Amino acid sequence: MAFKGTIEIDIQRCKGCSVCIGNCPNKCIRLAKAVNSKGYRYAELANDSCVGCASCAMVCPDSVITVYRVKI
Amino acid sequence: MDIISDIKKPENMVYGRPALLTDNVMHYCPGCSHGTVHKIVAEVIEEMGIQDRTIGISPVGCSVFAYNYIDIDWQEAAHGRAPALATATKRLCPDKYVFTYQGDGDLASIGTAEIIHACSRGENIVVIFINNGIYGMTGGQMAPTTLLGMKTSTTPYGRDPKLNGFPLKITEMLAALDGTAFITRQSVHTAAAVRKTKNAIRKGFEYSMKDVGLSFIEVVSTCNSGWKLSPVEANAWMVEHMFVKYPLGDIKDVLK
Repeated sequence: MAFKGTIEIDIQRCKGCSVCIGNCPNKCIRLAKAVNSKGYRYAELANDSCVGCASCAMVCPDSVITVYRVKI
Repeated sequence: MDIISDIKKPENMVYGRPALLTDNVMHYCPGCSHGTVHKIVAEVIEEMGIQDRTIGISPVGCSVFAYNYIDIDWQEAAHGRAPALATATKRLCPDKYVFTYQGDGDLASIGTAEIIHACSRGENIVVIFINNGIYGMTGGQMAPTTLLGMKTSTTPYGRDPKLNGFPLKITEMLAALDGTAFITRQSVHTAAAVRKTKNAIRKGFEYSMKDVGLSFIEVVSTCNSGWKLSPVEANAWMVEHMFVKYPLGDIKDVLK
């Protein structure tokens, strides 16, 4: 059984603290080159290796990450 | 990208923002542990279905505006006096879940007398204690829990025990009191740690209805602005230094 997942980031709330990046086991989050309206470089999905483990969302202090997961 | 947009459906959602958190953007610095702890408190209250039976007592400190972020009933205590207010609230409304949310400047410094006597009386409340070893809100001054040698704005050469005394291990101190039921020290720097802290907070809320005494959950946290580190570096510094003085784990559990 394998999982395929993805995340959705509320970029206007994201403060770019990068705690999610270090907690992602598959290294699929990065900071965007662009900034949001507050001037923070927000987190974004870097590749499609996300398995929907929700580690990033759990450690996110601002609760900006929504995690989706399906069995494949 | 088609696969990803296929996955993004409400029925596939496994984790999201708890409904109990309000839409206000938190005023905390990027990477602050307060946000994570607020989130797990909201999750626990939501999962237990006790939104209308929970009263929080917010402290003075960075988390003074906690009442703006979690959609439950709140009271705002004077500096350090949250356990006293919680005592009154719980005694007057014994059917409510009452918790205080305090930082180390609030609980371990000005509020030492209140917390010690609340523990000694064995009040059936939950105390969530955020220990980041510094006064974050006022600009990074030394707190009682500041580590030896740690640089703060009032100890620019590092904390010297001869001048500033030793760090206060308040959680171990409170575990020695007979009125406490559940004493634990946790952290929120990784997903595993967040899960453990969430279980501890849930246990605390459950114990507060079992009439066994006070539940005290210390969360070793970071203050990246006060420590002058990036959020990721602050987490690494916490693991390397704070956990040596403040080791994680359950210290006391009377029902075990």
